[in-house]
Amino acid sequence: MDTTVTTEIKENAWGGGNRPLGASYGKLMMWFFLVSDALTFSGFLAAYGFSRFKFMETWPIADEVFTHVPFFHGNYPMIYVAFMTFILIMSSVTMVLAVDAGHRMKKNAVIWYMFATIIGGAIFVGSQAWEWATFIRGDYGAVETKGGRILQFVDAETGNRVALADFAKTIPSERIAHEENNGIWFYGEGTRTSFTVNEVIEGFKANPSLAIKTETINEEGEKVVLSRQESLSKLADASQVVEGANLIHNEYGSRLFADFFFFITGFHGFHVFSGVVINLIIFFNVVLGTYERRGHYEMVEKVGLYWHFVDLVWVFVFTFFYLV
Amino acid sequence: MAHEHKLEIFRGLWKFKSNTQKIWGVLAFLTLVTAVEVVLGIYKPTVLTDTYVLGMKLLNWIFIILTLVKAYYISWDFMHLRDEKSALRRAIVWTPIFLVLYLVFILLVEANYIFEIYKDGFVKWNF
Repeated sequence: MDTTVTTEIKENAWGGGNRPLGASYGKLMMWFFLVSDALTFSGFLAAYGFSRFKFMETWPIADEVFTHVPFFHGNYPMIYVAFMTFILIMSSVTMVLAVDAGHRMKKNAVIWYMFATIIGGAIFVGSQAWEWATFIRGDYGAVETKGGRILQFVDAETGNRVALADFAKTIPSERIAHEENNGIWFYGEGTRTSFTVNEVIEGFKANPSLAIKTETINEEGEKVVLSRQESLSKLADASQVVEGANLIHNEYGSRLFADFFFFITGFHGFHVFSGVVINLIIFFNVVLGTYERRGHYEMVEKVGLYWHFVDLVWVFVFTFFYLV
Repeated sequence: MAHEHKLEIFRGLWKFKSNTQKIWGVLAFLTLVTAVEVVLGIYKPTVLTDTYVLGMKLLNWIFIILTLVKAYYISWDFMHLRDEKSALRRAIVWTPIFLVLYLVFILLVEANYIFEIYKDGFVKWNF
């Protein structure tokens, strides 16, 4: 029977010689860790679901946020994340091939497969860094209202986003620098945006082809675009210009979206990074012949479990952040 | 160490000669599933977005189910859960599934309640 558990006691029961459930101590402990880590990630994703359900009608649409591919201009939703997913699955495959080669005591094969895994992990972390940078920089720019809502600018005909730089007017104005002696000393100087709210509003008024896209999602699952009249009255509430995304402001919509994006993909990226470091350590051990002398490559199997787990988590992050 | 591998997936529908072959087979399957997800994510067929099953779009159900399918093959074949004792496998799999279902249920119901409160206009937020 598959369920049978080893019960014979070779040495002392707590001496580490016994293998409950047919798994070695190290593997069992790795599974303990992975189960608890899975619960941590589930907590984050469930919290994301909470905030999203709470703001169901105004949540940003991922396809409109992540539209970039390095070295290419244009609108390519999903493509780059799909590529990242594939890279991670591929590095999972080379990892499992390394484990398999380890079982058959083929040192050189383990070395090459581990090497490929590390390269795959590095490409993934690099891609994530690039994705963060693109998200932080933003692309079109938007305006935030007094209530914290985001107003984006679109061409009323085509519905395509329009960048602030394309229509904002340049109005010369006196800028008063914030210094310790003329304000509250512990207030820092705020971030300077490329345009002031006034410049954006005046530019909008002078450009009748523009309209405002709100955060609200309509029946068809698209963001509501206001008529010219509504746009102008809505713009009266504008309080500041937002370019890009950070933990406090997010030109793509709900700031919670950016917070969860940084938090969840950041935590996952940290896992990938530490996975690459651990893989590197094991890689050098393999090269030095540590496991060849030990007589088995179980260590490769254990880091392999961790590496597959990172892939497993990404599968869920991919679904809940980018697809659903 | 579990040196013996069970060399079949889809309940014996697809058999392999060696473990290496099985790994490539699973990769092919996972890639196919991801490709289907991406294509559906880009085109979003209206048939699937307009149909609601249990209060959620059919498309989203498909995404979630495909994700669970992928998770199954990653853990069963890449993490070798298929080759472990079933007691270990159950301990690893059912613990998180039970806890996560509970957490998600509680949080989503609560979030939906807050959404209704906001929507009914007791809190003004769109200004």
